[in-house]
Amino acid sequence: MKRFIQLSILLLFCIPAIVLAQQTKVFTGGKIIPVSGEPIENGVMVIQDEKIIAIGAQGEVDIPTNAKKYDVSGKVIMPGLVDSHSHVGGGDGGDRSSALHPDTRILDSIDPRSDTFKKALAGGITTVNVMPGSGHLMSGQTVYLKLRKANRIEDMLFVDNPREEVAGGLKMANGTNPIGKGPFPGTRAKSASMVRELFIKAQNYKEKIEKADGDPDKMPTRDIGMEALVEVLNGERIVHNHTHRHDDILTAIRLAEEFDYRLVLHHVSEAWKVADEIAEADVPASIIVLDSPGGKMEAVDIKYKNGAVLEDAGVTVGYHTDASITDTRLFLRSGAFGVRAGMSREAALKALTIENAKMLDVQDRVGTLEKGKDADFIILSGNPLSVYTRVQQTWVEGKKRFDISNPEDRKYATGGYDVFERTTQNHNHGRN
Amino acid sequence: MKKRITLFLFALLLGVSMSSYSQIAVQADTIYTMEGNKIVNGIVLVQGDKIEAVGSASEIEIPSGYDTHKTSVVTPGLIDAHTVVGLAGIYNQDSDQDQLETSSAIQPHLRAYDAYNAREELVDFVLNKGVTTVHTGHGPGALASGQTMIVKTPYNTVEKGVLDSETTVAFTLGSTVGRYFDKPGTRAKGVAMLRQQFIKAQEYLEKQKSGEKPNKDLKMEALADVLNGDLTAMITAHRANDIMTALRLKEEFGFDMILDGAAEAYLVLDEIKEAGVPVFIHPTMTRTYGDAKNASFTTASKLAEAGISFAFQSGFESYVPKTRIILYEAAIAAAYGLDRETALHALTKQPAQLLGISDKVGSLAKGKDADLVLFDGDPLEYTTHIKSVIVDGKVVKK
Repeated sequence: MKRFIQLSILLLFCIPAIVLAQQTKVFTGGKIIPVSGEPIENGVMVIQDEKIIAIGAQGEVDIPTNAKKYDVSGKVIMPGLVDSHSHVGGGDGGDRSSALHPDTRILDSIDPRSDTFKKALAGGITTVNVMPGSGHLMSGQTVYLKLRKANRIEDMLFVDNPREEVAGGLKMANGTNPIGKGPFPGTRAKSASMVRELFIKAQNYKEKIEKADGDPDKMPTRDIGMEALVEVLNGERIVHNHTHRHDDILTAIRLAEEFDYRLVLHHVSEAWKVADEIAEADVPASIIVLDSPGGKMEAVDIKYKNGAVLEDAGVTVGYHTDASITDTRLFLRSGAFGVRAGMSREAALKALTIENAKMLDVQDRVGTLEKGKDADFIILSGNPLSVYTRVQQTWVEGKKRFDISNPEDRKYATGGYDVFERTTQNHNHGRN
Repeated sequence: MKKRITLFLFALLLGVSMSSYSQIAVQADTIYTMEGNKIVNGIVLVQGDKIEAVGSASEIEIPSGYDTHKTSVVTPGLIDAHTVVGLAGIYNQDSDQDQLETSSAIQPHLRAYDAYNAREELVDFVLNKGVTTVHTGHGPGALASGQTMIVKTPYNTVEKGVLDSETTVAFTLGSTVGRYFDKPGTRAKGVAMLRQQFIKAQEYLEKQKSGEKPNKDLKMEALADVLNGDLTAMITAHRANDIMTALRLKEEFGFDMILDGAAEAYLVLDEIKEAGVPVFIHPTMTRTYGDAKNASFTTASKLAEAGISFAFQSGFESYVPKTRIILYEAAIAAAYGLDRETALHALTKQPAQLLGISDKVGSLAKGKDADLVLFDGDPLEYTTHIKSVIVDGKVVKK
């Protein structure tokens, strides 16, 4: 909100800018896949500033006379992709001093100029949940970002002020990645007990705050880790839990039920074994497509059919890149592989957009093309689930952020000499 | 070949029942034979473990009693030009990782044949993705990591599946070597160490030729085989300067060479072409870091434009995915400018030719091994399924 006020003040002093800022843009002639409803052949989408102001079939939508027109005949428009689990931006999380870092924010370590953002834009990604690694039981606070042009991380946040609003989730992990030598747990049971102990501490902290009832003398000493966990207990901060094996999946659900926090399961390699249990717990699953199983003990039973099985079971299912585990430039491919293994087309497209948005509590802003939502969209050369289709343009809040016809952008789609920085590989996946 | 004739005689003598002696007809909308143009509405007949006939449906009649399969598209069994399956296992634990020996940086005498686990789960996994033959062995990482081999994927022992027990010696140039070894510590030192060993091998050969019998040295035997042309040098090099170093070594020692990886090949296309060296191109989707930082989705298409022979490989992955799938890698290359039929060629006939096994596999023609992959659509499309895989006349996947 504050940013908006600043912008308005600025505009008052600068009349020509008002004309520019209120520029209305209309996209006609293409097929629009709004994801919120049936595809619209020969659709019309009108955007103003950063919002969609109208969308529908040709003839059903009023086109403002002063609108700048874009003919996208033969092309497909769909929502900007939402990646519910990514490691773009070169950030980090907790260090090796502890297995639990609820106090640590990845937003304090991200480089907004990282080329990984440009790579993601080339793949049509406009919203990301940037997570610290899985080598800890709690590696830190995640952050939900819009891939706006930015010099400061603040320019990319969904929220206006991260000190007053919850800017992301909390990354947790179970299974083998957080297991190691002290201070890390040595077993799965120890892992769960350490998490439970910390949440009991957070419950006590929360109780003290509630008892203080606004009296500053009675408030507990500020503890930023506890504050984040209280947000989790209050349902304001969602837990994003890395988990692979069927029993680890159920342990993640068990802990969420004990402490009544909101949970999203991540990776969920053996989801196909416990899909009904996941459905019964009403927990969403953010899954990954790996070309082959294995690479670690926990992932030997991963299946392409996870998406289809979860869809059939009625689970909210999304795909993620886990960048750079899978390539952000080819994020659409994950949905296509879901379809190959039996998922419906509709569910696959939702799994790349709105279902992921729900997992980040940003479904009112992004994930579908609807009147009033952010103008985050991509223009494709054709069927979103075909290998031959290319992302031609990526728009974030009414601004074009990627255009394949511009060589400076295109290079991020293909790679090549000196395109990527030397440090685009990887985050900590454990191995203590 | 000897093995097959014995097997055939054995079968005849025993009067093996029709069920184990294959008679299969595959009818398809499109057959990519890789021998000339694709056939529209064609038939492949399989008798025993060989292809009996290939042609259009108007020319070939399906004899009675043949097990008939109808499908959209048929290709030859796919050939992974360079992989580590069978050596680098699915679990990624010390006990199942045999793709790299780190006791010293030059060990060309190590044979993949002595390490290949035919029952490894990833071997079966790639078979289900249409890969019927693999050129597999030691991975990149050592200056000379060992001898690769060629094996068919459905068999339970290496002896049953092997097509060639020693095919290349795998070499690596570049910074990858430094990740696993203290010595060499630099690129230049690594090349010096390799040159010294090749010079020793030259002397070893000289002694043999002059009638002297040097003490048999397995390492020298392997390098002498490279110098003799009995084994090809497969050199993994990504950076343009490392590619040039590989070509310089080839020129100095006169060996047959395949360039492997070659992320920056697009910078030195003329040089590669002039040296007449074929390329096992890195997986299209390889991660852009380390020496392969400058990899591009368009390199395969640039090799094709330059007229350089190349084949697709799954390479080596230290984490996930534990193996790549060449069909998927070729698909991305096709999406980024490579002609689709050239992509299929680089999955079948081209690797067969480069590996010296094209008399048996890599294309569909009378007398060749009956290795086929049946698809329900464009083989390269994301949403297409593999319906069946046939190897040596047996349906191994349905």
